[in-house]
Amino acid sequence: MALRHVNAVVVGAGAGGGIVAKELAAAGLSVVLLERGKWYSAFDCRKDDLRNQRTSVLGCGFGPDDERYRRVVVDAQGHERSVLPSEGVYGNNAACVGGGTFSYGAMAWRYMEKDFRMRSTYGAVEGSTLEDWPISYADLEPHYEKAEWEIGVSGDDSRNPFHAPRKKPLPMPPHPPGREHEILRPAAERLGLHPFDIPMLRNTVPYNGRPACMRCRWCVGFACEVDAKNGAHNTVIPKALASGNCVLRAECVAKEILTDDRGRVTGVAYFDSQDGLQVQSADLVVVSCGATETARLLLNSRSKLFPNGLGNRSDWVGRNLQGHCYAGAYGLFDYDLYDDIGPGASIAISDFNHGNPGLVGGGALCNEFIRLPYQFSSMIPPTLPGWGRAHKDFMRQAYRRCIVVMGPAQEMPVFEARVQVDARVKDNWGIPVARLSGSNHPHTLEVARFLMSKSEAWLKEAGAKGTWPRPPRVGLSGGQHQAGTCRMGNDPKTSVVNRYCQVHDVDNLFVVDGSVHVTNGGFNPVLTIMAIAYYASAHLVEGWKGTRFRG
Amino acid sequence: MGNFRRITRRKFIQVTTAAAAGSMVCCTNKKTPWRFFTIEEGQTVGAICERIIPADQDPGATEAGVVNFIDLQLMGPYKRHRASYRQGIRGVEQASLKMFGHRFTELSPERQDEVLKELERGGAAGEAWKGLSSKDFFSLILSHTMQGFYGDPRHGGNRGRVSWKMLGLPYPPIRGRLHYDLTS
Repeated sequence: MALRHVNAVVVGAGAGGGIVAKELAAAGLSVVLLERGKWYSAFDCRKDDLRNQRTSVLGCGFGPDDERYRRVVVDAQGHERSVLPSEGVYGNNAACVGGGTFSYGAMAWRYMEKDFRMRSTYGAVEGSTLEDWPISYADLEPHYEKAEWEIGVSGDDSRNPFHAPRKKPLPMPPHPPGREHEILRPAAERLGLHPFDIPMLRNTVPYNGRPACMRCRWCVGFACEVDAKNGAHNTVIPKALASGNCVLRAECVAKEILTDDRGRVTGVAYFDSQDGLQVQSADLVVVSCGATETARLLLNSRSKLFPNGLGNRSDWVGRNLQGHCYAGAYGLFDYDLYDDIGPGASIAISDFNHGNPGLVGGGALCNEFIRLPYQFSSMIPPTLPGWGRAHKDFMRQAYRRCIVVMGPAQEMPVFEARVQVDARVKDNWGIPVARLSGSNHPHTLEVARFLMSKSEAWLKEAGAKGTWPRPPRVGLSGGQHQAGTCRMGNDPKTSVVNRYCQVHDVDNLFVVDGSVHVTNGGFNPVLTIMAIAYYASAHLVEGWKGTRFRG
Repeated sequence: MGNFRRITRRKFIQVTTAAAAGSMVCCTNKKTPWRFFTIEEGQTVGAICERIIPADQDPGATEAGVVNFIDLQLMGPYKRHRASYRQGIRGVEQASLKMFGHRFTELSPERQDEVLKELERGGAAGEAWKGLSSKDFFSLILSHTMQGFYGDPRHGGNRGRVSWKMLGLPYPPIRGRLHYDLTS
C-alpha cells in the first residue's frame, strides 16, 4: 500500500534534521522524519565505559551496530579495508533519534566572524580548497541566538574578548567551577590569556521543563540519565511531533532519493524496521544524515538524469571531508585534584583561534571531559612503557593528579579527502557503503602542533610537575565533527548547495547538516549546524508560502 | 530492546545442530572452564595478562579476572579476533620455546617479559607468525587486558572493582534519579 504523500521528507533526526522537521511542521507542512537508528530515552543510559559513543571498543552505545553496517577505508598506501562502526577509523557519529546530540559533550560554540572568511583573511593555501562561506556570521547571528534559547545553552562568554558580537546573553549561567577550572583559570590569566566558561547545551538550572545537570562523570559519549543534556531528541523533535504535522519513523534506512524525468525530487525509498522497502513521496526532500552519510545517500541516488548521483554534476559531492584535528597536552600535578564532578570540561580560551603568527586559523583550548580509567590507560608519557609494573604504578599515582588540555585545530579543506560509494561492499540492505580516502593537510598538523605547545605552556604555568604532548593524528578526519562534503557556495562548479542549502540543480532538494560547511571553525560544530538549520528552514518556509517547491 | 528478527526453520535447525555438535566436541576433550579458550590457552593468556598488569600491593590481571573478560568477549563483540588469539597463542609458545626451551607458563616472570618484549618489537620467532605479526597480536592482547582490568565489571573483568579501588575512584552513582522530580 502506498504511503500518503507529504510535503516534506527529512532524512536524519540529528542536530540539523530535527530542527528542520520542527520548523516545517510548525509552519503547517506535513513532514515525515526518517531516522535509521532507534529512539532511546534517558532510561537507556547504561553508563557503560566500554560500550558508548566515546569508547566503542565493545560496540557503539547508540548506533550504528557492528552487525549491519560497514564502511571501506583506504589508507595512505592505498590499502583498503572493510571496517566496523566500533572501530575508530570508521569515523562514526551516533545513529539514533537525536543523532550525535543524544550523547555528545554538548559544547555550544558560535564560530567567529573570520571563520566564515578564511580565504579572504588568510589567502589561498596550497593543496587546500580553503574558501569563504557565501554567508557571513551576521546572516547566522539571529539563528545562533534561536538555537541557544530553544535548545538551551548554559555558560558565559562575556569574559571572552574574541567572541563574535551577540545580541542576547546565554539563557543559563555556567556551572560553578570544578577543581580543574580553579587551577587553570589563574594560570591562564597570569599568561595574559582570557579564560571563560565553555558554552554548553546542558541545563545548569531547570529549563524547558527538564532538570539541571547532576554533574556525574558519565557525560560525553553517554545518554544523560536526568535528561539535562539538550539535543534534538528532547527539544525540537517532541515539538515537531506535538504539532500534529510530523511523523517520526525510527529504524528506517534511506536507500535513495527518487527523481522524475524532469529532474525534480519525488520522494525517498527506504527500508522500514522490518526491512521492507517503502517509498515515501513528497514535495521536497531534506537530507540531514551527517557529512559522510549525506554524501553517500546523494551518490547512491543515481538516475538517467543524474548518472553520478544527485547534486554531483561538478564532482563536488563527498569532497573536502573534514572534522577537527585535535591536539593538546597532559599535565601531572603533585597533589590530588580529582573531584569527580562532571562534565569535566568547563574552562576555555579563544586566544589562539586567529592571529597566530605564520598560521592559518587556530583553535579553542579547553580542559577535557572526565577520563574514565580505561581511557586513561593510554594517556601515558611517551617515555613510559605501555605495560608492566611501571605502567600500573603510573596509573595508580597519576589518575587523580592529571589535567588534560586540548583543542580542535581548524582544518584546511582537502579536495581529495573524500567520501565515495564503494563498488563492492554493501550493508545489510544491499546499499553500497561509504568509501573514505585521503588525509588531512600538512598545515592543519602545524596548527595542531601549535595548539599542543600552548596547552603544554598553560599546564606548566598551572603548576604541572610534568607535561607531555597529545600529538595530532595524521590521517583522514571526520567522526563526530564531520563536515564539508556538500559545500555551500554561489558557483555551482565549485559547490553543491547554494547559500540557502538548496542543491544547485535540483529545486526541491536540500542538504541541512554539517555537510554544507565550507570550513569547520576551530570549535565543536554543533551550534553552527543548528543555526544553519534554523536559517535554512526560514528560507524553506518562505519559499513554501510562494508554493515554489510544489510539483 | 533487542533487535527481534524472525528466524526461519532451516536457520533454527542449522544453529541447533551446530550447537549440539559443538557441545559434543567439547565433551570429548578435557573439560575447560572457558567458553573459547582451551585449558592451556587460558593459562598462557592468563600469564601474558599478569605480566601486562602484574600484582603488587594491588591485585593484578589474574585476580581481576581479565582472562574471563577476554574469553567472554570472544563469544560476542570480539568474535572477529578468535583466529588471532588461536594463532597468536601458538606463536607465543613457539617464541618462548625458541628463546628459552620451555612453554611460556613455565618461564620466570623476567623471561616472560623478554618474550613479550620480542613480541612487542614484532620480532618474535615461530612459524605461527604468518599473516599476523607478533606486534599486532601483542597490541591486541594489551588493549584487551587494559579493558578487562580497568573497564566495568559487568563485562567479566575488574572483579570486585579492584582497579577502581586502586585508583580511588568512587563507585558509579546508582541509577534511579529519574524517579524523583528535579524540575521544581
